[in-house]
Amino acid sequence: MISFDRVSKRYENSHDALREVSFDIAPEELVFLTGHSGAGKSTLLRLIMLMERPSRGRIVVGGQDLTALSRRSIPRHRQSIGVVFQNHKLLLDRPVFDNVALPLHILGFDDRDIDRRVHAALDKVGLLERVHAMPLSLSGGEQQRVGIARAVVGRPRILLADEPTGNLDPELSADIMQLFVDFSRVGVTVLIASHDLALISRLRHRILTLREGRLVQAGPNGNDEPDA
Amino acid sequence: MEADASPAAWLMAGNRSGLVQARPRRTRTVDRWRAWRRHHRQSAADSLARVLHQPLASLLTWLVIGVALALPSGLWITLDNLARVGGAIDSPATLSLFLEDGTGVSAGEELAVRIGARADVQGVRFVPRDEALADFVDQSGMGDLLSGLPDNPLPHLLVVEAANGNEATISVLEGEFRGLPAVEEVVVDALWLRRLQAIMGLARRAIGFLGALLIGAVVLVVGNTIRLTIEGRRDEVVISKLVGGSNAFVRRPILYTGLWYGFGGGICAALLVALGILALRTPVAALAATYESRFELIGLGLVDSLQLALVGAFLGLLGAWLAAARHLRDIEPE
Repeated sequence: MISFDRVSKRYENSHDALREVSFDIAPEELVFLTGHSGAGKSTLLRLIMLMERPSRGRIVVGGQDLTALSRRSIPRHRQSIGVVFQNHKLLLDRPVFDNVALPLHILGFDDRDIDRRVHAALDKVGLLERVHAMPLSLSGGEQQRVGIARAVVGRPRILLADEPTGNLDPELSADIMQLFVDFSRVGVTVLIASHDLALISRLRHRILTLREGRLVQAGPNGNDEPDA
Repeated sequence: MEADASPAAWLMAGNRSGLVQARPRRTRTVDRWRAWRRHHRQSAADSLARVLHQPLASLLTWLVIGVALALPSGLWITLDNLARVGGAIDSPATLSLFLEDGTGVSAGEELAVRIGARADVQGVRFVPRDEALADFVDQSGMGDLLSGLPDNPLPHLLVVEAANGNEATISVLEGEFRGLPAVEEVVVDALWLRRLQAIMGLARRAIGFLGALLIGAVVLVVGNTIRLTIEGRRDEVVISKLVGGSNAFVRRPILYTGLWYGFGGGICAALLVALGILALRTPVAALAATYESRFELIGLGLVDSLQLALVGAFLGLLGAWLAAARHLRDIEPE
């Protein structure tokens, strides 16, 4: 579902964020991406989101070669991916319902479908009763769950999460991670960037470890040797 | 957090193949058309609500646009009214031939017959000096003053009506009449009308130029307001693009914002013009009455007002489009 083939990313200041990174993620697989701060986790997710273009190498997502994708095709690519951001990226002047409904408006669903899907997504993350609340009246954990609801409401094929438990307490973090596990079980390919090794090692899924832009481990529970 | 008997059961129900169908099944053109129309409706309503949510700022924008549109519109209406004045007085071109002092009545009448026989003259009226004085006393109200004069200072007059108002014909007639020995002075009575028409032609050009400048100003005002709107909605634009919103999707509410500003400005302009006409109608009618005229100022009708509002809406849309094209492209998720 996601394939990186010798992908490098060098910024204008000559900083190499990624160096010759190669890996494959199968459909419906849940994979953790870990590494220290600045190791390249966010850059890798940004490349999948086409917020950046690779300097070298080839990225294929859902059979689509992203390196050959035109600028005009970027919105359609992003519509097929759900993303959860560490800083939530919610519209603070809109209620929870509108935030979660945004991808559905973009996809062109009608009002009845939007209402049904938003309620379903909020129910899944346990926020059905906060549907009319404003984001600033929610706790950090609740805001994160609104972000997750928005990411899954369009039932994407791929779910990306960048440090989704970054500022949450351990119990809430475990709940959030369980949501991602649930989604992978029903057919979503999930890639989660996280530096919470203690939490992700308990979940026993494949871990990709980045160090200074290089992939140093890629295997079940991070036990394999580097492949790059 | 999860309850399978709840609405979430649908989200997670998933047979696996079902879950990956993220897109609505809207492959048919009619479905895409419905989605597009729905988003237009939502964008229009949402942007109108946002404009109305800031009544003072919106009112100021509307007034600026309104004044800019009202100025050329008001001047144009003034010209139209002046044209009506000119049209009302527009008559076949006439030439007044003032005869030499020593010319007698019979010579004057004879000359009138000769001139009246010309093919390029439609009619001639001989006005003896006594009749001319009587008319003047009657119309000027200066009878006492004139009765004190030792002699009638007015000459005999021939009023010649040209067969057509063509300027070349009038010019030929004027030249020929000036050459007649009995004629001291020739005055083309349509001259003032020609001057008025020339002035109005000039004024139309000037108003057209002023209008173009002010239309440019409206586009710039809306463009700048929209630039600020885009800055204020930067997060929304970024987040929409992050979750798959196209440039057209994020541009749509911005365009409607410009349209509402322009439409409101157009309505303001129509109101300002109507107020101006209302304020001037009575004094203009009073002035016209002194000329025994029933002339009345005519302002914008309902259709004209609606057209002005639509012109405002179009200019607002244009300003918003230019601003969106310039600024939205630069806002990308980082």
